[in-house]
Amino acid sequence: MRQEEFEQQYRPIWQAFEENMRKFEIRAQRKELSEDDVKQIPSHYRTLCHALAIAKERQYSPYLIEHLDNLVLRGHQVIYSRRSQLRHKIIHFIAHGFPRQIQQQQSLFWLTSLIFYGPALVMFTLTVINPELIYSMVPPDQVNMFEAMYDPEARVLGRERASDTDFMMFGHYIQNNIGIGFRTFATGILFTLGSLFFLIFNGLFFGTVSAHIVNIKYNSTFFPFVIGHGSFELTAIVICGMAGIKLGWSLIAPGNLSRLDALKLATGKAILLMYGATLFLLIAAFVEAFWSSSTNLTNATKYTVGGILWLLVYGYMLWPRREASA
Amino acid sequence: MLDTNHTVEVPEGIEIRLPLAGPVERSLAFLIDMMIRIGIYLVAGTIFGIMGNFGQGILLIMIFLLEWFYPVLFELFNQGATPGKKMMGIAVVNDDGTPVNWSSSVIRNLLRTADMFPLLYLTGLLSMLINREFKRLGDLAAGTLVVHKKAFTHSGKLPEQKPKQIGIPLTLEEQSAILHFGERSNRLSEARRYELADVLSPAIDGHSSQQRYQSILGVANWLRGRR
Repeated sequence: MRQEEFEQQYRPIWQAFEENMRKFEIRAQRKELSEDDVKQIPSHYRTLCHALAIAKERQYSPYLIEHLDNLVLRGHQVIYSRRSQLRHKIIHFIAHGFPRQIQQQQSLFWLTSLIFYGPALVMFTLTVINPELIYSMVPPDQVNMFEAMYDPEARVLGRERASDTDFMMFGHYIQNNIGIGFRTFATGILFTLGSLFFLIFNGLFFGTVSAHIVNIKYNSTFFPFVIGHGSFELTAIVICGMAGIKLGWSLIAPGNLSRLDALKLATGKAILLMYGATLFLLIAAFVEAFWSSSTNLTNATKYTVGGILWLLVYGYMLWPRREASA
Repeated sequence: MLDTNHTVEVPEGIEIRLPLAGPVERSLAFLIDMMIRIGIYLVAGTIFGIMGNFGQGILLIMIFLLEWFYPVLFELFNQGATPGKKMMGIAVVNDDGTPVNWSSSVIRNLLRTADMFPLLYLTGLLSMLINREFKRLGDLAAGTLVVHKKAFTHSGKLPEQKPKQIGIPLTLEEQSAILHFGERSNRLSEARRYELADVLSPAIDGHSSQQRYQSILGVANWLRGRR
């Protein structure tokens, strides 16, 4: 068949299809599509694919091929867009998916915990023995800031924070802490180095500061403050690091796959960890802003609730779940 | 052929070509998006600034959301294109040609941090230049591509000319080249048309460039199926 006849025969279908695509692609105009129009789309699409194959095979004009190619791409995007039942997925993920991810990768989880808490403990011990060490880790003005923040005297003097400050701090924690979590994850793609850096650095920092607080005997304000949100926040940082290390490690040791495939596979799992970690960080920011900072609560309450939260977090993550059904 | 198309086979058994977008368009799109974000911050800063600490909290949350999820939002709900990308005529798709989905978009935008390392997107740029598909690290991990979205295709109109057969047998490629030339000819300047037509001078009869050009058009008309 000559190109001219070919075009004449198929043009009405192409035009109808293009018109349908144009309407479909603009959200507001999608309603204008009648049910019949929608039903036509797949069969038109198949005819179009057929026409493109013929046009290519017979080397019809490049413009025609390009035009059909473009139409097929648009159709492909509409027909193969993935639909997801979001709400169901989210609930299922929180109830089963996320803990299962952790459990399937338990050795990595414990290893990452060690990478984070190990340096923290070492630095804590060293700083308790030699208090001067704080200044090798934290700049002096920041040390002063920490001291001012957790000064028990200031609390007794009745510095009751207004609730709008709570909200400001909530914003700050979200912006700052979740950002740190995301960076800990993302930089892991550089052969795990970034994640390791953030984990170890934050571990060292946290260990040193805790020890310094012990040294200057501000225990009564600092530990009740951190125990509440620490459960979610520290665990989330570990999980972010874990996800990042997973990315980097897939590039270092891809096994039987190509590095690119290994990376894609690892990312698919790592992003699930990140969803969970983000949720943890959000909860942490909330607790930190509205609970930990409250001065109305006694330390005993804070320790009890904080302890229970730690148990809950680990119980949630490690309690055995049923196997995936789908 | 040396080009920047990425070919995808669709389930219907044919191949479609995705024209890839290079670092320059992508950087420009990024700059435009950055300007838009800065604009939003300025406006929001003035509005929430007068609301005291509460406003500042909202502002901080907004900055967090915009910095990390501005591209995700648009990629998901605006056919793969942030406003900057839309202006540059490019969009994000999965590397099988389907629209970008939620997790791919989140992955590629979280990994932006790694691409920015150590500064000015150096890692991302290196990755794009090494990679055949101009993927930055985020694209590699998420399995996404940035492609040109063509709003239209040039429709070549082949000028009418008396169809005419050529004496020599032509291969399919040669036929296609002649057709393409015919359809492009109205977008070429006259001098260029004749210059190209003269390339075929021994094979095509005609005394002047114009006659040769017209007889090539005749052949193209014949090939197109006009009689």
